[in-house]
Amino acid sequence: MIDWFSDLLFWIIFGAILLLLRRQKIFWTVGALALLLLFNQFFTPGFFHVQLLDGHFYGSRIDVLNQGAKVMLLSLGMVLVIATGGVDLSVGAVMAIAAAVSSRLLVTEHQPAGVAIAIALIFSVLAGAWNGLLVAGFGIQPIVATLVLMVAGRGVAQLITEGQIINFLDPTMVYLGNGHLFALPFTLTLVLLMLIIALFFARRTALGLFIESVGDNDEASRYSGINAKQVKFLVYTFSGLCAGLAGLVACSNIKSADANNIGLYLELDAILAVVVGGTSLQGGRFYLVGAVVGGLFIQTLTTTLYARNVSSDISPVPKALVIIAVCLFQSELFRARLAYVLRPLGRVLKPLSSRLPHSLLTATRHDSPKP
Amino acid sequence: MIAPLLEVTGLSKGFPGVKALDSVDLKVQTGEIHALMGENGAGKSTLIKVLTGVFPRDAGETWLDGQIIAPKSPREAEALGISTVYQEVNLIPHLSVAENICLGRQPTWLGAIRWGAITKRARAALARLELSIDVNRQLSAYSIAIQQMVAIARALDISAKLLILDEPTSSLDKTEVEELFKKLRKLREDGLGIIFITHFLEQVYEISDLITVLRNGSRVGCFASKELPRIKLVSHMIGKAVQQVEALEQKRASTATIRSDSPILEARALGRKGSIQPLDLDIRPGEVVGLAGLLGSGRTETAKLLFGVDRPDQGTLLIKNRAVRFNSPRAAIRCRMALTPEDRKVAGIIPNLTVRENIVLALQASRGSWRRLSVVEQEKLADRFIQSLDIKTPTREQIVRNLSGGNQQKVLLARWLATEPKLFILDEPTRGIDVGAKAEIEKLIQSLRQDGLAVLFISSELEEIVRQSQRVVVLRDRQKIGELTEGEISEESIMQSIATHNLERPAA
Repeated sequence: MIDWFSDLLFWIIFGAILLLLRRQKIFWTVGALALLLLFNQFFTPGFFHVQLLDGHFYGSRIDVLNQGAKVMLLSLGMVLVIATGGVDLSVGAVMAIAAAVSSRLLVTEHQPAGVAIAIALIFSVLAGAWNGLLVAGFGIQPIVATLVLMVAGRGVAQLITEGQIINFLDPTMVYLGNGHLFALPFTLTLVLLMLIIALFFARRTALGLFIESVGDNDEASRYSGINAKQVKFLVYTFSGLCAGLAGLVACSNIKSADANNIGLYLELDAILAVVVGGTSLQGGRFYLVGAVVGGLFIQTLTTTLYARNVSSDISPVPKALVIIAVCLFQSELFRARLAYVLRPLGRVLKPLSSRLPHSLLTATRHDSPKP
Repeated sequence: MIAPLLEVTGLSKGFPGVKALDSVDLKVQTGEIHALMGENGAGKSTLIKVLTGVFPRDAGETWLDGQIIAPKSPREAEALGISTVYQEVNLIPHLSVAENICLGRQPTWLGAIRWGAITKRARAALARLELSIDVNRQLSAYSIAIQQMVAIARALDISAKLLILDEPTSSLDKTEVEELFKKLRKLREDGLGIIFITHFLEQVYEISDLITVLRNGSRVGCFASKELPRIKLVSHMIGKAVQQVEALEQKRASTATIRSDSPILEARALGRKGSIQPLDLDIRPGEVVGLAGLLGSGRTETAKLLFGVDRPDQGTLLIKNRAVRFNSPRAAIRCRMALTPEDRKVAGIIPNLTVRENIVLALQASRGSWRRLSVVEQEKLADRFIQSLDIKTPTREQIVRNLSGGNQQKVLLARWLATEPKLFILDEPTRGIDVGAKAEIEKLIQSLRQDGLAVLFISSELEEIVRQSQRVVVLRDRQKIGELTEGEISEESIMQSIATHNLERPAA
């Protein structure tokens, strides 16, 4: 009875949010998330079950929030890097470095948790700055420059842990990935905090404009007096910081640092989250909130597949299909074409296409008419 | 009277909120060069795109050789015999000339490419243009002019009946244009119908037999070139009475100079190896200095050197009597300089940002990230320039890519005017934009000068330089070869300066 009521409340709130966002680009990301949750509401028993234990909420949806924190953190850094026209492949390895540094300091060197966390974050920022130096300073293509650290970073992490898996029980470190604040996982607060910081720098200062400008037309930005190198350096450094936080959360989740496996392939999830969030890989316009919702979507998808007992070996396949569908639906061109093809189905799809310029039905993007 | 090669009747095409083409008629005979004229946004490009199947038509019919046709894609149009060469050379620079000509229709044998046949076919296609170049060399090894010819050869390789040339001359210099026209005349004799689009009035008169004028998506009329005075053509294009146009055209820079004597910029033997030979240059507040010369003579290189895009490796640059070394445009902007670059697309606009964002960009960049202009300030600034420069955009939040070339150029001017520069370098500010916008930009330059700005004005069109400048610096072969002062400036004297130097060269 309580569940039935809370579900209804949840959907009313979610529906209201969707309605509010109906003219925003992020609508499609949030809409995809809504569809996925709706599917779970009906077909995955227990997915929506939430209970209050010791003043903390527990349940699948809460797990998604907690587990998704890593990808959401990574996608915050990644979205800015992608907006400048680059990509950061090294975030998974930087996570491993942060985990290795913190647990080694904690366990082998017997340092307090605060010191371990601070130094781990300094290492991650340095790793990001290294990427920034290669890309902005030496002009190496981002995919190659960050590939260096992606490959070598895990080696560095292994060196730090001396090839061991370090286990720890320090309460502060454990709290990071498992603790609760305001009855919700602490990681959620962490993500929100980082989102607010990113939003502040991107939208309250002119940095966001410069990032979009550099990503859209590097050369013209230089002619306009923008310090493109500085902008690029900053976004890679920030991405390093985000990866470091994600690494701390990841090792806290499992109370140990495994340099080989922490953050493995997570860079790919982060890139997907950014794309699902509406930001183009070509750079330019970026959507911070979209990226975070995209991260949440990816995690919901993963959790859904687990909950439906899809084996983890084949789960990438349905995951891929869903992601392709979401990306297609973000494209105005695709929606317009789809609506055009499905014309006979009539009025149902009309709301989808009525807002779009007619030219999109027939013309390709770069041929859009001049006013 | 033979049946026309191409006959278009009642062609209409609408975009949301715009009637891009309104019942347009067009007739092209075989062996005829037909110019299509009109301001930006008059519907020339749309007409071509509908003809070649890029856009579907809303109404109207097209007849080619007595057959009704309705191509759905450029490929289909090509198969029917309509070939198009677009403004920007649409070839692949890293492939050979032969590969470029045959790309997409390579002769094959059992799925393998017959390289011998490709070479032969490419040679044949080029022979039609009386061009003999090494077809196995990489395309990028050749000049833009040759690349343009290769693009035409590619269009002719398919048995084309109708050749459409969309601004083929915008990146060619005078002799190259001559060469192109010679080839076009030959094709005309071969019985090809040619549709020719350009912004250069003299070229239209030089090459075309008939002129169809479009304005706001409608056909104004079709005229024989010989019987249409230039001034009338312009008045048809911009829809103003002949007298008004005359007033516009004949307005020369007012002679009243408010020039001060101490230069704002002085270059002393400033140069860069492989780019521009050391040159002297000074520009005073309240004067427009023209930089004339053929394409590739070092005009753009000079601008880049002054603005800190390229670093000089010799000489000195003084701004207000203080020696400066710019290592980036940022430094130049700090000295209140501004530059609108020659290549709007590459170095000018940020295509996917809005008009507002494009306008505030340079000012914001000079303020840094912390002192962000509030949205209200940004909107005020954008609105002010949209109004004062008459930028035609539905809203200030329109994406710049969607504006026409002339309006994009105005957005760039606005971006720099917002920084309140003391020295404005304009590199080909009127290239590829229509007569109306051109006149507005020229007017703007003069009003800037009267406000005491120093302007360095670069243009390929000599008459424009003559109209605008108080002093003209002439470049040739990447060096300064002369300077003309007030009284001496005329198209003839500039050309003579370039030509005389040419004669002296063997001796030097």
